[in-house]
Amino acid sequence: MLQIRSKLLYNQRVQGGFFRLVARAAGMIREAAPGKFVDIRIDDGYGPLLRRPFSIHRVREQNIEVIYEVLGKGTEVLSRKKPGEYLDIIGPLGNGYSILDVRYSILIAGGMGVAPLIFLTEKLAERKTQNAKRKIIVLIGAKTKNEILCAKEFTRLGCDVKISTDDGSRGFKGKVTDLLKKILPFVICHKRLAIYACGPRPMLKEVSRVSTTYKIPAQISLEEHLACGIGACLGCVVNTKEGFKRVCKEGPVFNAEEIIWPDC
Amino acid sequence: MRSLKMQPKLSVNIGKLKLKNPVMVASGTFGYAEEFQDFMNLKELGAIVTKTITLKPKIGNAPGRTCETPQGMLNSIGLENPGLEVFIQEKLPRLNKIGTPIIVSISALDDPGEFVILSRRLDKIKGVAAIELNISCPNLTHNSKLISQDPKATYNLVKAVRRATKKTLIAKLSPNVTDITEIAIAAESAGIDAVSLINTLNAMSIDIDTRKSRIATVTAGLSGPAIRPVALRMVWDVYQKIKIPIIGMGGIIDVSSALEFFIAGATAVAVGTANFINPKISHEIIMGIKKYLQKSNINSINKLTGSLKCNQ
Repeated sequence: MLQIRSKLLYNQRVQGGFFRLVARAAGMIREAAPGKFVDIRIDDGYGPLLRRPFSIHRVREQNIEVIYEVLGKGTEVLSRKKPGEYLDIIGPLGNGYSILDVRYSILIAGGMGVAPLIFLTEKLAERKTQNAKRKIIVLIGAKTKNEILCAKEFTRLGCDVKISTDDGSRGFKGKVTDLLKKILPFVICHKRLAIYACGPRPMLKEVSRVSTTYKIPAQISLEEHLACGIGACLGCVVNTKEGFKRVCKEGPVFNAEEIIWPDC
Repeated sequence: MRSLKMQPKLSVNIGKLKLKNPVMVASGTFGYAEEFQDFMNLKELGAIVTKTITLKPKIGNAPGRTCETPQGMLNSIGLENPGLEVFIQEKLPRLNKIGTPIIVSISALDDPGEFVILSRRLDKIKGVAAIELNISCPNLTHNSKLISQDPKATYNLVKAVRRATKKTLIAKLSPNVTDITEIAIAAESAGIDAVSLINTLNAMSIDIDTRKSRIATVTAGLSGPAIRPVALRMVWDVYQKIKIPIIGMGGIIDVSSALEFFIAGATAVAVGTANFINPKISHEIIMGIKKYLQKSNINSINKLTGSLKCNQ
């Protein structure tokens, strides 16, 4: 893990409130892996005070890319940064996804959850070229069609992409986890399946329940407020079968079966 | 050619402990230091204060444990730690390899007698440079009083621990009191070597959509620049009433905020929340203090302590 002064190369709106950011991060490329994150200091003037974590969306040559949604003060300030400015970035941090050698990889993204799954898909696609029988199914869920991100990129990477929206404005009407339950009967006959998910907690909780029921190995990426991001403050713990674990250090990616979900 | 710059004396004494410079890291904000080794040479630190240790392991409070607030943050970790013996076996040997004094922060859950047991055990360990009594954690007991909220309880506790160890003893005091000087005086008269000012302020933050507290334990401790003016005033008040050294902390985030604490009366300072924002900030503060002393032609950091000019 490194702390670098990174030159901002690109920071533009993708659609709606979503932005894509590209920053020079030569030293971080080798350790970057799908599911790991970077912790960005948004402002030298301490507004906001703490760093903001973003999962690594992609790496290209010496650059890392993240996508983010402007939701609060931190991301609002970040969205106004111009190419040529410098950002203080720490990373890569945390534990990412372990790539399993399976026939069917099912990726489930809720909203911004697409961000690390593009990086994961690129890694999975490298294996796919070695064995054409391998398939990647991507389920993307969002509130409306305006919040669907990266669908074309997944298709370009050779994935079978299915979409759900809460309001039915695009694809299946309902939750992405309902879409998962709908498609599972068609692929469950293939024993070698794996689920990779990233999205809001209620979605991940349901993914965990379904994957446990069907005995499919599932890895989920959790989000939590981070203070230090490097494992020191113990502020971001999640309850697991082995006690509290740090989302920033042992996570953000966990095996779904190890999480003990609060009733919510 | 420029003449050689004056090398100001940065070393300070806290009880029997001599620190090469007056900048330490505050308990709970630096883990057991291992998380920070990638970012700075830890040997540069004046001292490292560990995350608080209790006699038995403690799992800590339920999540959510932290949230950001204007110019600050709330935390309610609840002293999660592996317990005294695991600390001694696993954490301390690694800390001692750094080569800078290790100050062990300790606390007790229900029975204050545990402070005595912990101190007696740590007294025998060479790698423990000093003991800090955390009698001010706001996230343990929400209804009962903290030791550091009562001068008599503070006096009795310090007196009892003093008998258990010859090592340098520091009491970390709570700002959640009417008059912090009473508590500092009680600790001093019971034989404490130094006081750490201040622990976090009792505080809370509410999400109006859910009408829930952002912290699982509802209330939590506030730290960061938001509390600095309060901390500074408390250092100044206590400085005028006691003779023993004060370790100043509360919202130190850069060189100038560290210097404010010395001027108000601190002999040393501790960096806390700022470690989360910039893990090498202590290094920058140590360098900055040296530069400031050179620029101001002050040959020792001790001369800055309590140098506040009061006639406007």
